[in-house]
Amino acid sequence: MAVDARTATRRDTAQAGAPRRRRRIQWVGYLYILPALAVLTVFLLVPLGQCVQISLYHWDGLSPATWAGVANYVDLARDPVLRSGFGHTLVLVVGFAVLPILFALTLVAVMGRAVKLRGLSVYRVVLFLPQVIASVVVATSWVAIYAPDGVLNGFLALIGLKMVTRPWLGDFGTALPAVGLIGTWVEIGLCLVLFLAGVAQIPRELYEAARLDGAGIVREFFAVTLPGLRGQIAVALTLTVIAAFKTFDLVYVTTHGGPGTSTVVPAYLIYDRAFNLSQVGSACAVGVVLTAVILVITLVINRVSGGGE
Amino acid sequence: MSRRGETVLNYAVLTLFAVLAVFPVLGVVFSAVTPPAQSSPSFTVPHSLYLGNFATAWQQGHFGTYLRSSLLVAVVTVLLTSVLAILAGYSFATFRFPGRGVLFAVTLVGLMVPAEAFVIPLYFDLRGVGVTDTYWALILPQTAQSLGFGVFWMRNFFRSVPSSIVEAAQLDGAPDFTRLWRILVPIGRPALLTMAMLVFMWTWNEFLLPLVMVTSDGLRTAPLGLTFFQGQHTTQFSLLAAASMVVALPVVLLYMFLQRHFIRGMLAGALRD
Repeated sequence: MAVDARTATRRDTAQAGAPRRRRRIQWVGYLYILPALAVLTVFLLVPLGQCVQISLYHWDGLSPATWAGVANYVDLARDPVLRSGFGHTLVLVVGFAVLPILFALTLVAVMGRAVKLRGLSVYRVVLFLPQVIASVVVATSWVAIYAPDGVLNGFLALIGLKMVTRPWLGDFGTALPAVGLIGTWVEIGLCLVLFLAGVAQIPRELYEAARLDGAGIVREFFAVTLPGLRGQIAVALTLTVIAAFKTFDLVYVTTHGGPGTSTVVPAYLIYDRAFNLSQVGSACAVGVVLTAVILVITLVINRVSGGGE
Repeated sequence: MSRRGETVLNYAVLTLFAVLAVFPVLGVVFSAVTPPAQSSPSFTVPHSLYLGNFATAWQQGHFGTYLRSSLLVAVVTVLLTSVLAILAGYSFATFRFPGRGVLFAVTLVGLMVPAEAFVIPLYFDLRGVGVTDTYWALILPQTAQSLGFGVFWMRNFFRSVPSSIVEAAQLDGAPDFTRLWRILVPIGRPALLTMAMLVFMWTWNEFLLPLVMVTSDGLRTAPLGLTFFQGQHTTQFSLLAAASMVVALPVVLLYMFLQRHFIRGMLAGALRD
């Protein structure tokens, strides 16, 4: 108990205490990061560099490559399918990132004050469930939900909306939002668990102080919970936006990019070009552009959210 | 609003989201025990309980082999990621050395890079040294992929440890390495469990890497095996649902087990009351 109390008061001075350490260089630090950095370099960073290199060549994966310069990139800029692929990703970002974070914040706002609710842990387990189910399984079950004679159309017919029923994944207008909503269903759990872990780290005294001030559920959320969750929101936003850009499994299983090219996404184009169409150079060019876009977005998110650190 | 009204509202909101989360899952469970003759995608409750779908899927789909591959790959990836992320996260959080910021930024690159961007050259690299179509072609790249998040997560944890605890350990005269594993890692169990859970799920769910790296049926992971099974039984929804359950259930069960520890650890919190 005594240790706990000391811990609580030391929390704020921890940052200030750091500079007191000795200034000499701690070479052992390199030793600790060496294994992780080695694995990262060999299996991720070097292939990433090779991806840039290959993107400058015409290569079918078998015969010798021929120099292409920026031809693959010029092709991409002209290729309407690829351009629409990146456009589709923006729709998926709404489904994968924006909606889940808003939903999860709403839930945390409700649950933040509800620490004494019975059965809360059961709800947590259930809400996080979609995240632990293999995405291929998720896709399989949503194929059934969206099917022409599936559960969604059955429900719509039941409540007298038979005129809006359609094959949701086979319709040019609805296939992409339908895939995005699967993402919403999947990512809510991740956001929620991150935010709940964050709320648990917010000093209880802050909530008690807010309550003594007579703060309601809304004011408490904006004054205590939201500022306290800034780091977790940044993590959640980063992870879910990247998930949206990386989307492959869901599209592969549910639509294969169709109907037409209405659900084609960059990741699907990369796989398709490299392993089905033998345009390895072009696939790598898409990979480079996709990576660059993801890096820029991530840096912007962290710059905006991490201003105080 | 009255305290009681607030409680009712909380339960109503929670129940609504819980039902939404569990509905497709229940649909799969119901379909899986529906006789093939009654099979349809509309999630109807079966007239009678039929377990034959599991036997059919298990025999025709080699799911025993797929589950063993998935388990092996996921467990080894989690262990490797945890050890490497603890070491690197600790270093980035506590040691001072030139280039620390740059090297951490490099690690974060791994958090952001999509697998699609490196899987193609990696495939040709590993094929060149004869490593494709082995478990290592699945384990090592997925460890590399998980390290971005793992290092980021563990560094945040080590930075959040109050200096009083670190100082108390220093007074013990314990060397750095001992201090890390004896004192800081046990304190960080909730953070570690969260990380292990996420990495396990990502590895289990991973589809592109096994799709590209592995061609032998014996090395296929469960999700990959499921898509092959799906290709052969497109419209047999009850059979697909049974196979889906076989693929998802081990993780769901493990999750139930880990989640209890996770929640308990989070609430008990070694560093708070």
